Amino acid sequence: MAIVKLSTLAAGESGVIAALHAEDELYHRLAAMGFRIGKRVEILRLGRFSGPLHLRIGATDLMLRRNDANKIDVAAE
Amino acid sequence: MKRIALLGMPNTGKSTFFNRITGASSRTGNWPGVTVDLLGAKVLLGGAMVEIVDLPGIYDLHGFSDDEQVVRHFLENNSVDQVLIVLNTSQIERQLSLVLQVKQLGLPAILLLNMADEAKKFGITIDAEKMSGMLGLPVVLLSAKYGTGYQNAYQLLGRTLEESVPVRLDRLKELLSQDDRVELEMDRVLKSTVQIPSQLSDNLTSRLDRILLHPWLGLPLFFLVMYITFQAIFLFGKPLQDGVTWALDTFRHAALEPLFAHFPMILKGLLLDGIYNGVGTVATFVPIIILFFLFMAIIEDTGYLSRAAFLMDALMSRLGLDGRSFVMLLMGFGCNVPALMGTRVMRTRSLRLLTMLVIPFSLCSARLQVFIFITAAIFSPKAAPLVLFSLYLFSFATSLLTAVLFKKQYASSEPFILEVPPYRFPTLRQMLLRGWHEVRHFLNRASKFIVAGVVLVWLLTHFPANVPPASTHTLAGMIGSAFSPLLDPIGINQQLAIALIFGFVAKEIVIGSLAVIYGMQGQGLMALMAHQLDWVQAYSFMLFTLIYTPCLSTIATLRSESKSNAFMLLSIVWSLGLAWLVSFIFYQGARALGY
Repeated sequence: MAIVKLSTLAAGESGVIAALHAEDELYHRLAAMGFRIGKRVEILRLGRFSGPLHLRIGATDLMLRRNDANKIDVAAE
Repeated sequence: MKRIALLGMPNTGKSTFFNRITGASSRTGNWPGVTVDLLGAKVLLGGAMVEIVDLPGIYDLHGFSDDEQVVRHFLENNSVDQVLIVLNTSQIERQLSLVLQVKQLGLPAILLLNMADEAKKFGITIDAEKMSGMLGLPVVLLSAKYGTGYQNAYQLLGRTLEESVPVRLDRLKELLSQDDRVELEMDRVLKSTVQIPSQLSDNLTSRLDRILLHPWLGLPLFFLVMYITFQAIFLFGKPLQDGVTWALDTFRHAALEPLFAHFPMILKGLLLDGIYNGVGTVATFVPIIILFFLFMAIIEDTGYLSRAAFLMDALMSRLGLDGRSFVMLLMGFGCNVPALMGTRVMRTRSLRLLTMLVIPFSLCSARLQVFIFITAAIFSPKAAPLVLFSLYLFSFATSLLTAVLFKKQYASSEPFILEVPPYRFPTLRQMLLRGWHEVRHFLNRASKFIVAGVVLVWLLTHFPANVPPASTHTLAGMIGSAFSPLLDPIGINQQLAIALIFGFVAKEIVIGSLAVIYGMQGQGLMALMAHQLDWVQAYSFMLFTLIYTPCLSTIATLRSESKSNAFMLLSIVWSLGLAWLVSFIFYQGARALGY
């Protein structure tokens, strides 16, 4: 179980959140969407041309830009 | 080592305070009784090392959200010598409850009223000493952002910490036992009755997404959907708009003109050509706005708008916009007004303003009418389509340029995280309500402004009363000649300048105004214009018409949607300046090349 950045996962892969290195505002938005240490995130697909990540956390689907996904560490499964 | 717990509601600057007090020494760690990691740090305070723990922001100590349970379990399992409660001073009336809840548990606490500087600006004053006396705990006003009030807080913390004694955990557990029982009960009911799979089943949404968000098919499908929507709105919209225009004309000829027949000419003109035409301008937008929002409701309520945002984000994020901006920009090619209103789906103000600044450069159907007429008059049938196509390219280029130039000013500080909801069927009731609300909004906010503008332009083009309307001797003509040092270098003569003043009201009336100005219509007007203007002048005029303010209704909508006159002015000045610059470069360049 290596700790990697969420943005490095490929479509179909998933990981458990290990750390959120987000500044205040991003942290609150993430928290509101259910991002917490210990939660599982699944990458549904990646946008083309370095587009955003389409991911699933719990029962919520959402999109997140890659630079924001860089600030989230996950333990890859 | 003594332990301090930092407690507060979300968005009170609690984390900023924590970072300031701990520097960069914080690390995440495990704590007994809680399953999530919390930030903690050891710092030197009042001559001794103390441990500070940043608890999640919560609204209610007795609540049952994940974070609220975490805080409670932390307090039950870890003895705390001092609780620091951070509140937002401006929201004190809503947030004081948390302080009283902490007090009820008998925890030794200090209240830090953060953002005191901001509260002061709102005119909120707080008697900290009196509050301290009533609550029975120290109260400090501070600003975590600017670092004021910190020395007070540190000193107070050092002093109180020496004497403080932690509450016994078994006593806390007893006080919180009621909540623990609710948690257990919740858990029991959920476990035996509700099943949430760790992986959601492969439902219709996933299957649709596999097609609609396909790496290769996604974008072509998106453009197809946009094309169909666009065609549908303006296919249905055109006959409705024509119908409204016909009804207004018929009413004018059958009822109003006989009624005002004996009025003095000038009063009749003001009432009919000024006010009644102004009302007519407002009315012709009504069917388009209803149709636009009927279709937007479908795109939004089905969940497709989020998908469009996903598909276009890679390109749009580089322009400081997002995928939803792109949808509105495309819709602007039909009509700018509903597209501007549609930006309301974007919750971030800076993102919305940038999108609203960009939309007016979309070549809308009203401008297209002007261009079709002029290209038919001046250019050969072979060249005409190329000319029109080049104007569309200019439209895109000026949009992109505006986005790139202004994206710093309207940089969005908010992170872009968008929920991608499951596909749903929109309800007809929802769609109709949406269309109705938007029309009412438009009529309430924009109609007075539009009517006033139409009347003003009528006055400019019909005064003084003793000269032919729309001639070079009217006020509009005088303005045109006053600006001739600016307009001559871009090849726009006095007649065209008057047409541009008319075009400020609506592009639909530019051709009609040219007919009045030149005193000719249809084929005759075309022949006269071909005789008087060469293609460089005509193209320069079209570039200017494309880029400067689209119409009064767009301005009125910009104003009502942004609620800012300064923003409306910026949009007008920027588009006028850019229009002049582009026309100037084109006109002088073409002349220099010998055309």
